[in-house]
Amino acid sequence: MVGYIAQQLVNGLILGSMYALVAIGFTMIYGIIRLINFAHGDIVMIGAFVTLGLVISGQIPFPVIIILVILAGALMGIIIERAAFRPMRGAPQVTGFITSLAVSILLQNLGILLLTAQPRNFFCPDYLQTVFNLGSVSLRTIDLAIVVIAVVLMVFLVLLVRFTRLGMAMRATAENLKVALLMGININRIIMLAFAIGSGLAGVAGMMWGARYGQIDPLLGFVPGLKAFVAAVIGGVGSIPGAMLGGYLLGFAEVLFVGLLPPIYSSYRDAFVFIILILILLVLPTGLLGRKMEEGV
Amino acid sequence: MLEVRDSHAYIGQTYVLKGVSLEVRHREIVALIGANGAGKTTTLSTISGLTRSRRGKILFRPDPDATQRDITRVPAEEIVSMGISHCPEGRQVFSDLNVWENLLIGAYLRKDKQAIQSDLQWVCELFPILGDRRRQSAGSLSGGEQMMLVIGRALMSRPRLLLLDEPSLGLAPMLVEVIFEMLEQINAQGTTILLVEQNARMALELAQRAYVMETGRVTLSGTGRELAENEEVRKAYLGAI
Repeated sequence: MVGYIAQQLVNGLILGSMYALVAIGFTMIYGIIRLINFAHGDIVMIGAFVTLGLVISGQIPFPVIIILVILAGALMGIIIERAAFRPMRGAPQVTGFITSLAVSILLQNLGILLLTAQPRNFFCPDYLQTVFNLGSVSLRTIDLAIVVIAVVLMVFLVLLVRFTRLGMAMRATAENLKVALLMGININRIIMLAFAIGSGLAGVAGMMWGARYGQIDPLLGFVPGLKAFVAAVIGGVGSIPGAMLGGYLLGFAEVLFVGLLPPIYSSYRDAFVFIILILILLVLPTGLLGRKMEEGV
Repeated sequence: MLEVRDSHAYIGQTYVLKGVSLEVRHREIVALIGANGAGKTTTLSTISGLTRSRRGKILFRPDPDATQRDITRVPAEEIVSMGISHCPEGRQVFSDLNVWENLLIGAYLRKDKQAIQSDLQWVCELFPILGDRRRQSAGSLSGGEQMMLVIGRALMSRPRLLLLDEPSLGLAPMLVEVIFEMLEQINAQGTTILLVEQNARMALELAQRAYVMETGRVTLSGTGRELAENEEVRKAYLGAI
């Protein structure tokens, strides 16, 4: 039983790592331009397909693939921001939200058009599939890699935001766009950067998603997008540590729910996720680490 | 130093500035007074580039011997680097950042690290409380301390011209005195100040010259003393019967 729970906790850690990575981008973009970006999940899909393409195309070493996937995600984020969201800057929040839905639908259908809706098998190089056992917990190398990469990226991001000049500018912009402008901060660059970083992380999450589930299709972004949204809200939208915390909490909660309750309930896992969300919001309306709600400026 | 010529501006669909003209000379303190909605804040925003004027010109000359530049269409971040620093109304500190970071971000565009350090010292001499609380988050400061931080932050960009929007708003009278004394000192050290105020009495006392705005236009101008003694101004803004 202990071994079983340990295994479930490890699974929660893996799932939570992916949710956290996607949730960070969600929260960063919301934090800076108050945009609920429903196209964010589709970057996960793009990341998954880019990874698959790179793996198929030949002998590219795994670390190089990771970097290329991050870059591809970031590039996608920048393109989307320039093409879809920048023209909507200053429009009411609902307009941005609907724009993001449009972008999401566009990306999904573009995916279907170019790649067909047929799910594809996701390949991992063999050395990443090696199974090893730690006591009663069994892990593949790729699972371990997912957690390690996620944690490294998140630590890197926290240090960037906390201790660099750029990070300071990002925090200032997120808090008060107008005054940040008066400090001489180039707002457009900061917004672009938030999209680039967030989408880069979502891209990596796509690689992990594919490696974890073994199959990918152009519509796969919906679920991680929605879960990341929930994770970001649980943690407090706009807070990066909140998104990480929310992601891991959600990962653990989901896995334990499925793992510990009788199997007939396991198809209710998503309902369960939303029940958690509602309960947390009832007690803490701004999420676990969210700031007090303020009037929009 | 600064010349606003017949500036017309809209906020959304509302016609707010209907031809404002004013002038600020080097090392002056100029006050802009008037009722709510007269367009004082918008005048400052058109100068700092937050709001674009539809018509008219804004000319700026950072130093007496520098060349004059038309800044009407210059983006806000570039205007900061030219030497105009705008403190918007309502003490908008970055409350998630600590006091030190708030000051550093005021110097965001500057590359001269050593001069930044000495300016930090200068600001901490002006406002010792800021140095004492450097690691504290700006959100935890009191209203008066936040006002000092906002002014200190604005000074960190080494402005030639400081635009201040209602520094007395919501502060206890004693604190207002302190802040106004500081402004006098900052001005004496060479920074020109354009001050928007509801507290007309104090503003006219401090300023060498002043403009009175009404519904988007400048209706009166003169030295601080002249305006303080003007019958209309006394009735409308100084509470005289």
